[in-house]
Amino acid sequence: MAEHLKPRPLSPFLTIFRWPVTMATSIVHRVTGVGLAGGLVVLVWWLIAASSGPEAYNFFIDLAETTIGQICLFGFTWALAYHAVNGIRHLAWDLGYGYQVRTADISGIAVIVLSVLIAIGVFAIAYAGYGGYYQ
Amino acid sequence: MVQFVLPKGSKPVKGKTWEGPKEPNGKKAKRTKEFKIYRYDPADGGAPRIDTYTVDLDSCGPMVLDALIKIKNEIDPTLTFRRSCREGVCGSCSMNIAGVNTLACTKAITDVSGPIKVYPLPHMPVVKDLVPDLTHFYAQHASIKPYLQTKTAEPETEWKQSPEERAKLDGLYECILCASCSTACPSYWWNSDRYLGPAALLQSYRWIADSRDEMTPERLDDLEDPFRLYRCHTIMNCAATCPKNLNPAEAIGNIKRMLVKRGV
Repeated sequence: MAEHLKPRPLSPFLTIFRWPVTMATSIVHRVTGVGLAGGLVVLVWWLIAASSGPEAYNFFIDLAETTIGQICLFGFTWALAYHAVNGIRHLAWDLGYGYQVRTADISGIAVIVLSVLIAIGVFAIAYAGYGGYYQ
Repeated sequence: MVQFVLPKGSKPVKGKTWEGPKEPNGKKAKRTKEFKIYRYDPADGGAPRIDTYTVDLDSCGPMVLDALIKIKNEIDPTLTFRRSCREGVCGSCSMNIAGVNTLACTKAITDVSGPIKVYPLPHMPVVKDLVPDLTHFYAQHASIKPYLQTKTAEPETEWKQSPEERAKLDGLYECILCASCSTACPSYWWNSDRYLGPAALLQSYRWIADSRDEMTPERLDDLEDPFRLYRCHTIMNCAATCPKNLNPAEAIGNIKRMLVKRGV
């Protein structure tokens, strides 16, 4: 009965599973949470640079104004918007609302669209010169 | 523990392509469907593989289970799967069909476009082919004490329940323990050693919500645990996949709210 002692294989999961919308929004919630932790370090860097004088601050701004810097900042902005809006969705669940599969799908898509709009909106305001960023 | 890829020896390799059906005159059958089915034989010592079968739909019943039985009868008698009632009440033939956990007996072949991929329930130890080892799943169900528990003396007749109280059990008691929900849950994939999973939690709530049961505080005590209950992150895969259209996520949400309410 040697065969019987052989460990059983694990059936395929992630690679064969069709992702519902709600699974994607859940995983993105976690990924954006991790991203925000990383973004917080950049935010602290910015504050330290601001308190260290013009030289340190300009160095930070020069990096932030590069294309990669702008992409990172946009990602951070979107991650914050997504995590906040999806957080509200989680609060609704915790209160007992929105558990129907169709409702959860619609609210998930709404969170994605809304978070992208918020991130674009924040950048539009910044690029338009409001908020003192480019003054 | 979180793992994203299959361990060594579990990854399926390309398998055999079985000859397609022929009509009595020797010509190829007109209406056919391809099935790509996960195969694993513990006796041959090899890796799991994906075999390809072609089924003549003109001589086959409408459901995926009909096709599996036809393959077993006419093409490959070694194909192994669980089945019993063939009408969605026993929960035996749960498997992953075209990426969705469901019952083969209630999933229509024509619901899937292109070749139909058939796998065992995800992230489970495979006994053979489409048969996963459900020992742990059943033990978890037993651990939530899925039966009426009372403290008061037994009544002379039956334990009474009003129609309104009985209505609270609708959407809970219908579960057939097919394990589609639990094996669709990423939290269960990665923490099933300590997380009870949607099926067991739905059944736990079924007894918590039962007006006749008098052990609600004890049941809630048992669930108040970072892993047993709170590994649920409302991913909703359980409700999306349930072949009986039940909603374990909502039941788990109700348990969480009861725990908050009794704490304040």
